[in-house]
Amino acid sequence: MRLDVKKTYKLFIGGKFPRSESGRSYQVSDSKGKHLANVSLASRKDVRDAVSAARSAQPGWAGASAYNRGQVLYRIAEMLEGRRDQFVAEIQALTGKTAKQANAELDAAIDSWVWHAGWTDKIDTVAGSMNPVAGPFFNISTNQPTGVVGAFAPQDSALVGFVNTIAPAIVSGNTIVVVTSEKLSLPALSFGEVLATSDVPGGVVNILSGKESELSGWLVGHMDVNAVDLEGASKPAELELMAADTVKRVLRKGSYERLGSSGSLQHILELMELKTVWHPKGH
Amino acid sequence: MDAETIVGSRLTNQSLRRWLHSLPGVDKVGLEQRAASLATRSIKTDSKAWALDLIISMMDLTTLEGADTPARVRSLCNKAITPDEDDLDTPSPAAVCVYGDMVQHAKAAIGKRKIYVAAVATAFPSGRASLRVKLQDTKDAVAAGANEIDMVIDRGAFLSGNYLEVFKQIQAIKQACQRPSGKAAHLKVILETGELQTYDNIRRASYLAMLAGADFIKTSTGKVGVNATLPITLLMLQAVRDWYDEYGIQIGVKPAGGIRTSKDAIRYLVTVKETAGDLWLDPDYFRFGASSLLNDVLMQRKKLKTKTYLGSDYVSVD
Repeated sequence: MRLDVKKTYKLFIGGKFPRSESGRSYQVSDSKGKHLANVSLASRKDVRDAVSAARSAQPGWAGASAYNRGQVLYRIAEMLEGRRDQFVAEIQALTGKTAKQANAELDAAIDSWVWHAGWTDKIDTVAGSMNPVAGPFFNISTNQPTGVVGAFAPQDSALVGFVNTIAPAIVSGNTIVVVTSEKLSLPALSFGEVLATSDVPGGVVNILSGKESELSGWLVGHMDVNAVDLEGASKPAELELMAADTVKRVLRKGSYERLGSSGSLQHILELMELKTVWHPKGH
Repeated sequence: MDAETIVGSRLTNQSLRRWLHSLPGVDKVGLEQRAASLATRSIKTDSKAWALDLIISMMDLTTLEGADTPARVRSLCNKAITPDEDDLDTPSPAAVCVYGDMVQHAKAAIGKRKIYVAAVATAFPSGRASLRVKLQDTKDAVAAGANEIDMVIDRGAFLSGNYLEVFKQIQAIKQACQRPSGKAAHLKVILETGELQTYDNIRRASYLAMLAGADFIKTSTGKVGVNATLPITLLMLQAVRDWYDEYGIQIGVKPAGGIRTSKDAIRYLVTVKETAGDLWLDPDYFRFGASSLLNDVLMQRKKLKTKTYLGSDYVSVD
């Protein structure tokens, strides 16, 4: 007889898999209420560590060429495809979906990821502009990443919601600290393993599992976070108030339209800042 | 007590060598373990607030770059005068530390406020120049009004066993720190521990500097690979503690280089308290040589007061 080696799901911060700084964990159950796994319960100090990891990774990620970022993101889709069985099993166990439904959710997540990966080198072609000015200048507006983004994956989605939360932020060169769904956290934490085996630099995506109510205030109020995405947050109005003490971009709930389950360019642009430069043209 | 009495004979290279080599050897494993165990203490809330203020008041706010300009030094001094515009109760650092030619600008910016101006001298950071040049370097800084002189020892002489030479140079610089008014500049002796190679050497260099009349012993210039570490500082604190017990003269310690976070600095304070004792928890006897540490401490202070984490966009970066 052989004992199974059970996996402990850990956080993903700065490219590493630490247990929570607090040492705490919580139990995740399957759709029938049976114990499924132990998961790290993140604390305020994990938020702090994640934000500082995201901060140090940001200039490098934004500085990589758009083409390179696109390649790295495609690679993640390849890794997701390779771990299909694991993700399908986790989605099935957590949500009680049939194999067909779970496969469909993973398909949607991968499709969305590839859709986002394609945008890296097209954002400015579509959303940048050459502006007419009365003078001998080129006047060019381009979109720049906002910086460190804090976000909340929707509580009711095992994988697609999570993917649609992080992808729009990182395609453009932002780095992100994301709080997963509390009850459906396993696929999101496994996604960290996908990121670790692809070529995303450590710190670009930082994944925290735990109680949203415990972490959200620290994340939203953190002055080193440049934007917060409240689309998936449970109490967005409260968090908006907490963010108001700082100078940061706040994406309110419903501030962009989704195109089906894939995502939206508007979402990507909401996490970017428009930069306009004047360049002398000569005569 | 004069040096000859302490060493027990006329000062020659041989007698100094005998004296320094009779010091007990350093237990490397024990020292590093002790430092590591002191670094695990958890300092929270009220004690942390107290420690943060003490750290600021013990700081030598430093800029030692080839690219230093008078304006840069002035802005450093302004930062020392008002570390945090949002909280005027924030204490000021003990001193600003600059190159000798910047002393006049620092003095002008600080005026009569109670912040000292420290100058590095003696061909800092390498110390590779003739004694005549080193003395003139020191005298210039003292004449420009420096309150403290940070000198480097001649590591080449020390490592080749020429202890008398090192001793004489320190003594000569000490003389050069005198002023006609009688108010001498304080002398900090930089051992550059990163270049001394063994803990035994660091202990010997500490004793040699104390024997020659150092007011402070300082770990490093901040310009080499290995700067201040906790075990090295612990070792130097033991040396000043034993010197005080033996001869009644209290000498200060200044770790410098590589201390960037409040957490690190608090570990040093714990080590001071546990090794040398309360007498050294005083800006006159313990200093941090640092440049980026101040911003981190200010962020931590605000974090304690406002309960939100700060970003570097909200403190001045200089």
